[in-house]
Amino acid sequence: MRTRRVAVVGAGMTKFVRRSLETADELSWQAAKMALDSCGLTLDEIECVASGSAPDAFDGAHMKNEYLSPGSGAWNKPHIRCYVGGGTGVMTPIHGWYHIASGLFDTCLVICEEKMSSCQPHPQGAFLTIFDHTLERPLGPNLLWIFAMEMNAYMHRYGLTKRDLAQVIVKNRGNAKHHPCALLGEDIDIEEVLASEAMAWPVQRLDVSPISDGAVALVLAAEHVAHRVTDKPVWIEGCGWSLETSYWTNRDLAYPLQVEQAARMAYDMAGITEPRKQINIAEPYDPFDYKELHHLEGLMLADKGKAPEMTALGITRRDGDLPVCPSGGLLGVGNPIAAAGLMKVAELFWQLRGEAGGRQVPGNPKRGVAQAWGDLMQVGTVIVMGIA
Amino acid sequence: MVERVAIVGAGWYGYKSITPELSYREIMYEAAVRAYNDAGINPRTDVDSFITVAEDMTEGTSIFDEYTPDQMGAVLRPNETIPGDGLHGLATAYMQIMTGLFDVVVVEAHSKASNIMHPAHIVAYAMDPIYNRPLQLHPSFVAGLEMQRYCFETGTTLEQCAHVVIKNRGNAMFNPLAAHPADLALSDVLNCEPVAEPLTRLMIAPPADGAIVFVLAAEHVARSLTDTPVWIQGVGWANGSYSLENRGWVDLDYVRLAADMAYRTAGIRHPKGTLDFVEVDDSYAYKELQHLEAMGLCRPGEAGVLTEEGATAMEGDLPVNPSGGTLGCGHLLDASGSARALECVLQLRGEAGQRQLEDVTTGAALGWRGVPTTAAAMVILSNED
Amino acid sequence: MSERIKEYPGTYVKERAFSDGSVLQTWWYPKADYAWDEGVAIGRFLAGLKAGKILGITCPDCGRVLVPPRMVCEHCFAPTSNWVELPGTGYIKTFSIVIVRWDMERLEKPLIPAVIALDGTEALNATGGLMHLLGEIEPKPEAVRIGMRVEPVWLPARKRTGAITDIQYFRPIKEG
Repeated sequence: MRTRRVAVVGAGMTKFVRRSLETADELSWQAAKMALDSCGLTLDEIECVASGSAPDAFDGAHMKNEYLSPGSGAWNKPHIRCYVGGGTGVMTPIHGWYHIASGLFDTCLVICEEKMSSCQPHPQGAFLTIFDHTLERPLGPNLLWIFAMEMNAYMHRYGLTKRDLAQVIVKNRGNAKHHPCALLGEDIDIEEVLASEAMAWPVQRLDVSPISDGAVALVLAAEHVAHRVTDKPVWIEGCGWSLETSYWTNRDLAYPLQVEQAARMAYDMAGITEPRKQINIAEPYDPFDYKELHHLEGLMLADKGKAPEMTALGITRRDGDLPVCPSGGLLGVGNPIAAAGLMKVAELFWQLRGEAGGRQVPGNPKRGVAQAWGDLMQVGTVIVMGIA
Repeated sequence: MVERVAIVGAGWYGYKSITPELSYREIMYEAAVRAYNDAGINPRTDVDSFITVAEDMTEGTSIFDEYTPDQMGAVLRPNETIPGDGLHGLATAYMQIMTGLFDVVVVEAHSKASNIMHPAHIVAYAMDPIYNRPLQLHPSFVAGLEMQRYCFETGTTLEQCAHVVIKNRGNAMFNPLAAHPADLALSDVLNCEPVAEPLTRLMIAPPADGAIVFVLAAEHVARSLTDTPVWIQGVGWANGSYSLENRGWVDLDYVRLAADMAYRTAGIRHPKGTLDFVEVDDSYAYKELQHLEAMGLCRPGEAGVLTEEGATAMEGDLPVNPSGGTLGCGHLLDASGSARALECVLQLRGEAGQRQLEDVTTGAALGWRGVPTTAAAMVILSNED
Repeated sequence: MSERIKEYPGTYVKERAFSDGSVLQTWWYPKADYAWDEGVAIGRFLAGLKAGKILGITCPDCGRVLVPPRMVCEHCFAPTSNWVELPGTGYIKTFSIVIVRWDMERLEKPLIPAVIALDGTEALNATGGLMHLLGEIEPKPEAVRIGMRVEPVWLPARKRTGAITDIQYFRPIKEG
């Protein structure tokens, strides 16, 4: 059955900064306005708003989407928020996709915002309550614990060293030098990464992406509108999402099975049978260095345990056979949770249209995949985008 | 493109003031098992997508989405959490099915309101942090402000608002699901403690725990699963002004927009003549009246009169909240919209027992996310083939 | 990116601007307290902890023994039954050595959280397990091993309250 085609026709984002002067609502507005301006549409022409934002505790507002609705352009419009933890940044465009693919709407504003800095004394505090209230919170866990344990399981399974992982930091921070909104674009020495202080072994300070504030917005349109608005619509070809069990202590953490499930769903929808040949750019979720590798394997773009080798061979460099995180990723641009994921989708939009400036992947890339991940290491959200 | 979407299964747990016997996981499981049994499906193989409606701050857990799949039979399946009303969840499921790529979608909503120690503080946390929260007022003040202005402009009286309470908590006496049935007199409602004048305590819906699960299916699948599909004929939802200082207090634009979208997608030109009954949010008694007017079912100021005259009673021309509404069933937080839709499903299937309305073919459910929001969603349901 | 965009919005503010008052702030401390109903499965598990036992529950379809216990097996969507008392010993599936607190302040003494796979729960591609802390072991990567066998150290019976902290920590089982 043929489903209604939906394209991304505009995109906008704010800088990702450690602490912004703008309020959450203002950040949303800045990104939304930029996205509309980028394709010459006005708010009147937007029929619905699909928003995404991660823990309400960051911005300090219960029912956060209501608080953000004015800046999100949702006044007197249909507005529904989706929320799947760290996976939200890629779930939100999927959420926007089915708004239009359902036939109910022809245009949709997709917006993701995160103002982590309002959570004091440290935004990490918002993550203290993601753990099971009875069996885990009394032990005083924090987010670093689970990343460290997952990293350890992955390294142990495949006999990886920190050097294998740290090369991702060097690549992504380097890529981010050409991103106008990046927080940490720079040339960094791998030795500096390896020498950085331990936080939760095996996690060291420079393995981690920075807490940030920021917002990103996309404009989606049904086919007939897309063709009127732009001569280079970027089509949403496949969507997939999957959620693993909350009993994460029972799982095999060395492989993100839910990312594979989500990828299969998206690839099926997009008609992709050989992802390594048919995908030109990958933007997997990289809040930590090992995550890019973990997710490349889940996306079936690398064999299990082989993503580090692929990276070492230069295959994932911007000028390599399969550029990975040409944007600079979360590690280089910043990690305002939901906005970070959407930043990756916006990157594909700009890359496929040849508008990525200094970050442009050469060779006229036609198809890209963006992926996000989150919850208690449980959710995988995948989107495949393509240009004619 | 998919022609129509139907609700083919419904299950619930509760509704009760407290549910100490089961955890939130277990009440979700109870409702899910009943819904899956009702629809005759196995969630591990027959469902294409799962939607949970939940908010972190009401659960007491950040990223509550983490804790949704296991007890729904949804592990390693597409799962999504929608922070919105149960009806926003239904609208999302409806959109997914209408893409043509999802045949069966499950929508879950629950309330463990009894586990929240300081509910007013949680609601206050939803208010603007710079302009409104520093006033440190009990959030019901927003409803008090609105009721004051609404009554002033429309001529609605306190007695008319009190009649809503009597009707709904009285209707609840016939509803085995309801948590707060009561046989009240006008003086009970008018003379009890004021909370945020002109609101009195009995004009505010008391909380309740419960869980509600729906199974939705595309038409070609629905027909093979059930002989009594309840069609989602129309959907609509909208946000209004978040700002207290900039919103209108009488004419609820966002409800009107949601209703107009629902009528338009349902192909209904004369809602008053087409709807046989409605379930609308009445978490503050005056809201039932204000919502009926915003839905275009009567003129401003008329809803109160119609209520007094009995036109919205179970035997009346347009029964409103035959379930007992939020006042009678209990406030299930964001699951309240699902409770309104559940009543529509039961009525349209002829399964409403003692409170069964005669000859009903079309009903509507309207949800509102409560103070301080201006977010409403509406679903129009029908049993007509 | 896109010819039209020249300037990107977003204004970086240094921490100093907040402490020296050049940027105004409002503060709010939410009173977010909850009393969660533990329900059947966890209720029984906690009672077991109080009695110094680690309990699991069995899925009649796949035969897995589930820890943490739950009333439904998420693989089979079948109701579980048949409670089992587990030996309590197990092995380390993964661990970390934590030097900093959640607000990035240095801990006085490093913590060693770990996922313990419990004996008696191994089945299919998973194990029953709990997250807990390790004790009586050097907080160094060389001292802790994935696969290391461990056993629970309980609080004395009179101090147990029916909480996960009734187990103080897991320690390596001394061989021989």
